Amino acid sequence: MALLEVKDLKVRVEEREILHGLTMTVNEGEIHAIMGPNGSGKSTLSHVIAGKPGYEVTDGQILFKGEDLLEMAPEERAAKGVFLAFQYPVEIPGVTTMNFLRTALNAQRKARGESELMVPDFLKKVREVSKSLNIPQDMLKRGVNVGFSGGEKKRNEVLQMALFEPSLCILDEMDSGLDIDALRIAADGVNALHSPKRAMVVITHYQRLLNYIVPDIVHVMSKGRVVKSGGKELALELEASGYAQFEDAA
Amino acid sequence: MPAVQETVERVKRIDVDQYRYGFETQIESDKAPKGLSEDIVKFISEKKNEPAWMLQWRLEAYRRWLTMTEPTWARVDYPKIDFQDLYYYAAPKPKKTVSSLDEIDPEILKTYEKLGIPLREVAMLEGVEPKPGEEDPARRKIAVDAVFDSVSVATTFKAELKKAGVIFMPISEAIREHPELVQKYLGSVVPTSDNFYATLNSAVFSDGSFVYVPPGVRCPMELSTYFRINERNTGQFERTLIIADKGSYVSYLEGCTAPQRDENQLHAAVVELVALDDAEIKYSTVQNWYPGNSEGKGGIYNFVTKRGDCRGDRSKISWTQVETGSAITWKYPSCILRGDNSSGEFYSIAISNGFQQVDSGTKMIHLGKNTSSRIISKGIAAGKSQNTYRGLVTAHRKATGARNFTACDSLLIGDKCGAHTVPYIEAKNSSATFEHEATTSKISEDVLFYCIQRGLSQEEAVGLVVNGFVKDVLQQLPMEFAVEAQKLISISLEGSVG
Ligand SMILES: Nc1ncnc2c1ncn2[C@@H]1O[C@H](COP(=O)(O)OP(=O)(O)O)[C@@H](O)[C@H]1O
Ligand SMILES: [Mg+2]
Repeated sequence: MALLEVKDLKVRVEEREILHGLTMTVNEGEIHAIMGPNGSGKSTLSHVIAGKPGYEVTDGQILFKGEDLLEMAPEERAAKGVFLAFQYPVEIPGVTTMNFLRTALNAQRKARGESELMVPDFLKKVREVSKSLNIPQDMLKRGVNVGFSGGEKKRNEVLQMALFEPSLCILDEMDSGLDIDALRIAADGVNALHSPKRAMVVITHYQRLLNYIVPDIVHVMSKGRVVKSGGKELALELEASGYAQFEDAA
Repeated sequence: MPAVQETVERVKRIDVDQYRYGFETQIESDKAPKGLSEDIVKFISEKKNEPAWMLQWRLEAYRRWLTMTEPTWARVDYPKIDFQDLYYYAAPKPKKTVSSLDEIDPEILKTYEKLGIPLREVAMLEGVEPKPGEEDPARRKIAVDAVFDSVSVATTFKAELKKAGVIFMPISEAIREHPELVQKYLGSVVPTSDNFYATLNSAVFSDGSFVYVPPGVRCPMELSTYFRINERNTGQFERTLIIADKGSYVSYLEGCTAPQRDENQLHAAVVELVALDDAEIKYSTVQNWYPGNSEGKGGIYNFVTKRGDCRGDRSKISWTQVETGSAITWKYPSCILRGDNSSGEFYSIAISNGFQQVDSGTKMIHLGKNTSSRIISKGIAAGKSQNTYRGLVTAHRKATGARNFTACDSLLIGDKCGAHTVPYIEAKNSSATFEHEATTSKISEDVLFYCIQRGLSQEEAVGLVVNGFVKDVLQQLPMEFAVEAQKLISISLEGSVG
């Protein structure tokens, strides 16, 4: 079943069109990779899906589980199951990671009309997940991402993904700034979350990440358009021949 | 960036008219006529059955005040106040004295209820008449001396405090019942000649709290007073005096909130703290007066003089304040570190929104040897407000080994507001070590969006980020207030975003 349908999406930032009519469909259980050179509009697409302010959608639509996503407030999208793992997770001083996780989870539950998770249940869940991601407990007591290493920040994103149980996970350049070990831990965490009901959209510049998270479908973006889609072998092809061949197609 | 623009748009739509506590109470008032003269001073003194020495003290202050002019150095801007156009005394019609909260005018109790101040609940749980076996020893006690429209209408827990030897009563009563203490200490920290507003207060102060903790006594409960301004054009002139005798400890909480008004209201309180050898005073304030409407009209003018004197060796005074209200705040809770090895602390959260103007900070005056002070100030400016930290740290020639640490952080929400830091540092001896750190930052769109992507609304996100920003200071508040203060911070930033 189609989870996310992006149809002929045109997006402007400050009077300049960045996405020029982008179409893609992500079904439940699928892993999609979006590849493309810097500046091709990958992050813009992820931001528009998540509802970040500052982007003007001039044409097209986005459906999520058949509903008009662009009509929803960003926090509503989160509660409905859209999760964006940021390329550069921010720091929030003075707000402990534990407090943040609980506040966010309860906000989402409240928006869905569910009751707050009881503290012991919450703690149990956090402990389980953080253990599997190799996140030490004292990291949860520190301010959100404050003083975290690059790898810790990305693991913290995966931790939230595991905790909030979204149905659509968009990972923007999860591999940037990570060494191989850190990348493997984060990728294992992501793979563990793969399920028949959940879809992943993995945005990356390099093929490397896709050795760890193996996509069903690869899209190549260039200059604000999807210029080619194919199976996982497309990523390898790109790795060998580079993006240049697509520049003209765009 | 367009994202920033969005917040600016939202902040523009600030509606401080949403001020939660805008309502009036129907209570017949007993007012002095408008204006200020020797007769009015006499009227006030007479209303309070004061002894002759007190009237004399007031009159001297009044005569002094006539020769003084308003200070203009603060970064605040307001139309000139016509001091003859104000009322200087208002009281609820005196009822017979109360022995329990049940005897208090239900109107007043209702007011407190709307404010969310659990006076009645406190009375029931903690016992104006505690039921045997129902008391939970884990629950910390709060004594409430409720100041309503210049006159204390309720004093609870008197008996228990009396057992400990602690005197906690309206200052008007203390003047009659403990004249020797009042005469000895009143004006000894903030002299009648101190500054324009303090002198005015000395002439016309209405009421306030008096606390005396005898030597070696640890006050058995937090003391708290809730202030309320409820009369049109009534200047409020609270006067508070707290004395911690040798080796004693007391924690005092003050909080207030006021109804919506069209005209500006003047508030000029004076608080004096005296800590003798080895004594400690912790004074916490949560202040939430009407800040004015969305056009910047109305709101309280808050010109306060708060000063603590660490008179004894090894004494300690700690000020913690959460300032969210008032149109104008002019307030510098200070410490005079007179005793050797004494220490002073100032922890402050000052939030301004709409058209509010805050000029606040502290003075740490090091006189004794090996004295230390610590200043942590967090200013948050939103809307079109101006938020200034003004701080003075001085070490006297004889204050060898004086130490100060100051950290001032400002957070801006939107770009129509301003934050300013004005530190004055003065060391008259070479052994003093003063450290000063200051930062100013803007609330980040990326941080807000991160929170929102995780399911928080824009307002919840701002609340969370700001509460994180002020965490170091919130932790200084007694538990009861920390929760209230956290709520207040979110309320006061409501409407600062769409
Ligand atoms: N906030 C913004 N303001 C102006 N231009 C932007 C903004 N965000 C993105 N762009 C522009 O849009 C294009 C696509 O950027 P982006 O989506 O970040 O690409 P990618 O993630 O593929 O590297 C770039 O040319 C970039 O400069
Ligand atoms: Mg990008």
